[in-house]
Amino acid sequence: MTRYLAGKLGGALVSLVLVVVLGFLLFRVIPGDPVVTMTRGRPVGAEQIAELRARLGVDKPLREQFVDYVAGVLRGDLGTSYVYSRPVLELIGERLWPTLLLVGTATLLAVALGLWLGIRGAWRRGSRFDRVSTGVALTQWAMPTFWLGMLLSMATGDLFPSGGMRYPDTPPDFLSQSVDVAHHLVLPCLTMIAVVYAQYLLVMRSSLLEEMHADYLTTARAKGLRDDLVRRRHAVPNALLPTVTLVFLHLGLVVSGAITVETVFSWPGLGLLTYEALTGPDLPLLQGTFVVLAGAVIFMNVLADLAYRVLDPRVRAA
Amino acid sequence: MAAMAGVLVLSPIPVPVDRAQAQQGVTLRVAITQQVDSLNPFLSIFQAGTEVGRLMYDYLTAYDAVDQRPVEGLAKEWSSSEDRLTWTFTIPAGKKWSDGKPITARDAAFTYNLMMDDEAAATANGSFTADFESVTATDDETLVIRTKQPQATMLALDVPIVPEHVWSQVADIGEYRNDRTPVVGSGPFVLTEYRANEFIRFAANKDYWRGAPKYDELTFSYYKTVDAAAQALAKGEVDLVNRMGPAQFDSLKDKEGITLNKAQGRRFNEIVINSGAATRDGTPIGDGHPALKDVVVRRAIAKAIDLDSIIERVNGGYAQRGTGLIPPVFASYHLAEPARARAYDPAGANADLDAAGYARGADGTRVGPDGRPLSLRLLGHASRAYDEQTAEFVKRSLADLGIPVDVQIVSDNQLNEASTAGTFDLVFSGWGTNPDPDYILSLHTCAQRPNADGKGGTTDTFFCDAEYDALYARQRSEFDPATRQDIVKRMQQRFHDQVPAIILGYDNALEAYRSDKFASFPVQPDPGGVIMAQNGVWGYYGATPTDSASSGGTSNTGQVLAVVGGALVVLVGAVFLVSRRRRQGAGDRE
Repeated sequence: MTRYLAGKLGGALVSLVLVVVLGFLLFRVIPGDPVVTMTRGRPVGAEQIAELRARLGVDKPLREQFVDYVAGVLRGDLGTSYVYSRPVLELIGERLWPTLLLVGTATLLAVALGLWLGIRGAWRRGSRFDRVSTGVALTQWAMPTFWLGMLLSMATGDLFPSGGMRYPDTPPDFLSQSVDVAHHLVLPCLTMIAVVYAQYLLVMRSSLLEEMHADYLTTARAKGLRDDLVRRRHAVPNALLPTVTLVFLHLGLVVSGAITVETVFSWPGLGLLTYEALTGPDLPLLQGTFVVLAGAVIFMNVLADLAYRVLDPRVRAA
Repeated sequence: MAAMAGVLVLSPIPVPVDRAQAQQGVTLRVAITQQVDSLNPFLSIFQAGTEVGRLMYDYLTAYDAVDQRPVEGLAKEWSSSEDRLTWTFTIPAGKKWSDGKPITARDAAFTYNLMMDDEAAATANGSFTADFESVTATDDETLVIRTKQPQATMLALDVPIVPEHVWSQVADIGEYRNDRTPVVGSGPFVLTEYRANEFIRFAANKDYWRGAPKYDELTFSYYKTVDAAAQALAKGEVDLVNRMGPAQFDSLKDKEGITLNKAQGRRFNEIVINSGAATRDGTPIGDGHPALKDVVVRRAIAKAIDLDSIIERVNGGYAQRGTGLIPPVFASYHLAEPARARAYDPAGANADLDAAGYARGADGTRVGPDGRPLSLRLLGHASRAYDEQTAEFVKRSLADLGIPVDVQIVSDNQLNEASTAGTFDLVFSGWGTNPDPDYILSLHTCAQRPNADGKGGTTDTFFCDAEYDALYARQRSEFDPATRQDIVKRMQQRFHDQVPAIILGYDNALEAYRSDKFASFPVQPDPGGVIMAQNGVWGYYGATPTDSASSGGTSNTGQVLAVVGGALVVLVGAVFLVSRRRRQGAGDRE
């Protein structure tokens, strides 16, 4: 067990180091002088630009910038955003909970919906229900997210806000604020669910289909168990394994997957922050979000490995 | 599933739209699509940040709403010495900071000196004080500025004046966020709440020296896309939207309660021609096509492009035809009718190229005297649909001229990199302009070309022309308005003749507002001007609510009901599911 754990954690650590190094190199490849990009269209003299470059440290040789950056990361300092003149870590911290709220809620509901439809579909494979639900899910999955989001926003008329997380003038008490946030959450959440639940449906459906002809199910039926019970108690738990891995892996990815939804609905989360950093380009912010998002994926991978061990006795034995 | 049902069930319950008027008073709710980078006026570079800064802090002088001439800001009167090197501004007693302390000349002196002494404080507006020799307050009402050389732009200092008693306590200007509300300022609005990238809230400054605004609160909500902002206006979540594209603007055309404002904009679109990129000392850089150094070729290209049909088809008609660097909104400097104006004349362009010796080769492509075929690259921004669509027009027009064009739509950064390094033939660009033409004109002087290391320049054309530079120096120290206007127009004429860039057109600023809430907004200039993104804050400051808006509106009870109802459904659903499961379980126990 310890060796298994050490192996997994070691692997994760190596990945993290690679992410930090890549995070630096990747964004130096982006051409263009960030200072010139930032100050375009404003009365700025050449001296001012030189000063700005010096202040932001982009005039230093690449090697020095790299050393500064790595030293910073080790200290837990991801640098200062060019655009906001604020620590990157602080900006990410601020945006973390809106993203968790949106992505968390949406994933939870999408998993529930996907699994339920997947199980039903597989059990009655080829039925009208199966064909329709798979078809609808795939269609939505294939739709461009921003387009789907805008359609939803238009179709629902005045019912839901078209963007943001709350109105500026909502009373500051907890109830009013929660109600306001919930109200703003509906459209982005629905959009995200509509797009992502298909993959849970498909994985659940196919892994259940694989189990369908297993001998133990025949045994269970032979015992005289009701069909419903055979499905719930015997088939589904076994078929759940691949889905669990998928959910964990996606939990790492969904943070970045929310970029489009957050952009369409101006949801002030990490996805939107990443998008803004990219359009800057705000190098420190871009590096920071990259490290945090990649870190989340690595962390979730480790968790998935551990969860698999708990759920699947065969892995434990190996 | 039950939770899902809960979310869905929220929808059928109507939620009142004009919820903002639920609280006391009237609020003007504005949608912004550009982020506010900083509330610190010394650091804020983005247009949205500058605009917010203007609401909080007055400048020394302001731009008139009607014709943008300099009018009273914090200073009421001003005069300059005989040699034009010393300027004296009078800041009359009686104007107050929002915390009640008097605004004096010492505050202004403090602000300018801070920018001259502290590099961080010069981040955003340093160019305005770059030529200052000294700034002193001789008493509470008198500010004296000495400049190193005569400057015609002394009444266009876009520098927010901050209160000394607050900012002298700030240890590090570069780190200071200025978000401790209420933020002490001198403008018509006082910042009361700020949530980065969500919203900004202002209360009307009831003691503002021009008089209090006609409503109580001003909020800016952040929308990442213009589509969302336009929808928010249609749905009644906000009252004012700008920066719309033709499609969004047209979609709001017949909506009840919405009024559109098609305003003269201060931006222009251009195609820069690589007429010989070089560093400041004249060393050629980049790989521009050599034939483009020939002004005959540049003129022929310009002649072959049909500006009117680009405006009609790409801008949806919402633009004016381009002539010079100053848009028509700044009428006194705008070059309306260039001498030797270039009409759309493809036949003439062809004839010109024939006459200049650029004969067509076997495949119809023109060949330069050096034997090199005239095939050109045109770079455009992937982020701007305008570039892609216009590029098609240009490609077709130049093909008729025997010049094949390879259109490359690239990221903003790639494009910036290429234009800084001179590795282009033609490239899309564009600028916003200020009431004072100095900056936009300065961009095309020889001095704005980059250093030997390729850095430090702000030019995009690499234009370097002795006649243009001489005129530039003259306008900078010319204090007679009429003479300066004349020089500025001659500079644009020179630019037009030499064609380092083709000015395509001046975009209209497309805005819309809820006329069922706000009866009128002052525009700048008047008529034909903008409400938002003015050189001033007349639009926000002078907004007049309708009678119905002032009388208050509905409450947000409906919304509370919707959510409480949704929560109830979730609960009932959960209870139902659990009980069903229990019952089933009981029957199945073996």
